[in-house]
Amino acid sequence: MAKITCIVCPTGCVMNVEDIDGRISVDGNKCPNGAEYAVVEMTAPKRVITSLVKIGHGVVPVKTNGGIDKNKIFDALAVLKGLVLTAPIITGDVIVKNVLGSGVDFVATGSFPE
Amino acid sequence: MYTDIAVIGGGPAGMAAALSAVKLNKSVVIFERDERLGGVLNQCIHNGFGIHYFGEELTGPEYAKRFADTVMASSITVKSETTVLSITDDKIITAVNASDGVFRIQAKAVILAMGCRERTAGSIMLAGTRPSGIYTAGTAQKLINTKGLAVGKRAVILGSGDIGLIMARRLTLEGAAVLAVLELMPYSSGLKRNIVQCLDDFGIPLLCNRTITKVVGKDRLEGVYYAETDKNLKPIKETERFLECDTLLLSVGLIPELDLIADNDIRINPATNSAYVDEGRMTSVDGIFAAGNVLHVHNLVDNVSEEGHIAGASAALYADMTDAQRAQRADRINIRAGDGIKYVIPNYINTPSKSGVDLYFKVKDVYKDCEVCVLSDGETIYKKNRRILTPGETEKIRLDGKGLNKDTEVFVRERK
Repeated sequence: MAKITCIVCPTGCVMNVEDIDGRISVDGNKCPNGAEYAVVEMTAPKRVITSLVKIGHGVVPVKTNGGIDKNKIFDALAVLKGLVLTAPIITGDVIVKNVLGSGVDFVATGSFPE
Repeated sequence: MYTDIAVIGGGPAGMAAALSAVKLNKSVVIFERDERLGGVLNQCIHNGFGIHYFGEELTGPEYAKRFADTVMASSITVKSETTVLSITDDKIITAVNASDGVFRIQAKAVILAMGCRERTAGSIMLAGTRPSGIYTAGTAQKLINTKGLAVGKRAVILGSGDIGLIMARRLTLEGAAVLAVLELMPYSSGLKRNIVQCLDDFGIPLLCNRTITKVVGKDRLEGVYYAETDKNLKPIKETERFLECDTLLLSVGLIPELDLIADNDIRINPATNSAYVDEGRMTSVDGIFAAGNVLHVHNLVDNVSEEGHIAGASAALYADMTDAQRAQRADRINIRAGDGIKYVIPNYINTPSKSGVDLYFKVKDVYKDCEVCVLSDGETIYKKNRRILTPGETEKIRLDGKGLNKDTEVFVRERK
C-alpha cells in the first residue's frame, strides 16, 4: 500500500492506494480526478525533467519533450553528463534523441548565443 | 524624446503590457536593466508555465521567448541594459545606459512592471556569522541556471515558498544533498504540486513550525542551528538542534521593487506593500499604472501576463484621453478586503463594465468548506462555496457588475 498526495487541486487529499492483483484500489480521494491521478502515480508515474548542458563558457537549458519514468530521472540526467555542445543552439533543437529508449528527447529550451 | 507609453521592466508583466498598448497603436518604450527581455523567467528553467495562457506546459525561458519574439517583431522600442533613475508624477523618465548616457523621455502614461526582490538574511535578522554559502533562493537559481555554477554540496532551505521548493529539486538534480526544508508557519505557502514533485519525489523532509536560530561558519558555512517554534512563532530553546551543511538557501518572501517611486505621490496599501489600483491597474497618481509582481505576488505567470494586458490596454486608453475626459471620472466604488481576506485587487472601480470585473484576492489562513461572499452596500451580490482556500494561492472571482455600489466588501467565512 502506498500513500499518495493528490496534486490535482489545492485540497491535497492523501490517498491510500493499493495494487490487488493488478487492480488498483484508491481510498481517501474526495473526487474522481484524484482516483485517476492515483492510478497513474501507482502504475506508471512520469516526470518532465529539466536540466542544463554545457556549451562554450556557458550552459543551455534543456527539457524532456515528454514524461520520463519517475524512477529513471537520475539515469536520464546521467546521459547529459560530460556532454559539451557546439554553438549555435536554438530553442527546440534536439540535444539527445530517444533518451534511454523512452521515445522522449532532450530538447533545448534556450538559445546559445542568446 | 517622447513616447505614449513607457514600461519600466521587461519581464512577463512589462512585455504583456507593452504588447497590449502597441496593439492599440501607441508608441511604446520598454526599459530593461538586464541584457535581454524575460525577467525572472530566464532563470526558471523548470516547466509548468503557460498552462492557462498557452494551453501547454512550457519552461520559463520558452514562455519568455514567446513574448520576447513578439515584442522584437513589433514597433516597441526596447532599451536594454538601461537603468531608470527616476519617474516624475508628470511622467518624465530619467534613465541611463552605456550608449545614450543619461537621457529623459516624456511619456503620456507609465506602467510600473519592476517585479519583486527577495528578502535577505538581513531582512529576517538571521543570527550568527556571515560566511559564504548563504544565498537567497533566487540568487542561487540564477547562478546555477544561467551561469552553470554549483552553489554547494549539502544544503538546507529556509522557507517553503515555491522558489524554495523548486530549488530543493534543482539542487538535488544537480547532485547536491538537500537535508531539509524548514518552514516557520504550520503549512507551506507553496503549491501542492511543488511539494509533491520537488520534495516528496526525492524524499526531502518539509519540517514545519521550525526556524533557524543561528548560522555558524567562518569562511564557509559549517552548519545551522534550528528549533521548533511556539504558537507565537518564537523558537523553543530546548528543541534546538544542529545540522551540518555548507549551503543555506533563503526563500523567505518577496518585496515589491518600488524604490523608484519612493518620492512619488503613489498611495501604498500596507497589505501588499504596493500601490492601490483601480480596475485598469492605475495607481493613485493619474497615468501611472502597475502590473505583475510589483503590484502583488502572483503564483502563476499566466496571471502576470493577464494583468500586464489589463494595464497596457488601460494605459493606452488613458493616453488617448483629453485632460477634460481625465478629470471627468465617475464616483468610485471602493473594494475592501473583509474578514479572512489579506488583500483584494483592484482596490477601487471607476466604471463597472457590462462584461463585469475580475477580483483577485488572497486569504489570510487555510479555509476549508467555506464560502466567498461579496457585500455591496449591505446586499449580497456574490456568494460561492469553496472546498478549500489557502494563503499561498491567488483566487479570482468574476462579478457581473450588477448591484455594485459605492462600498463593496469581499469576505470569506466557514459554511454553517
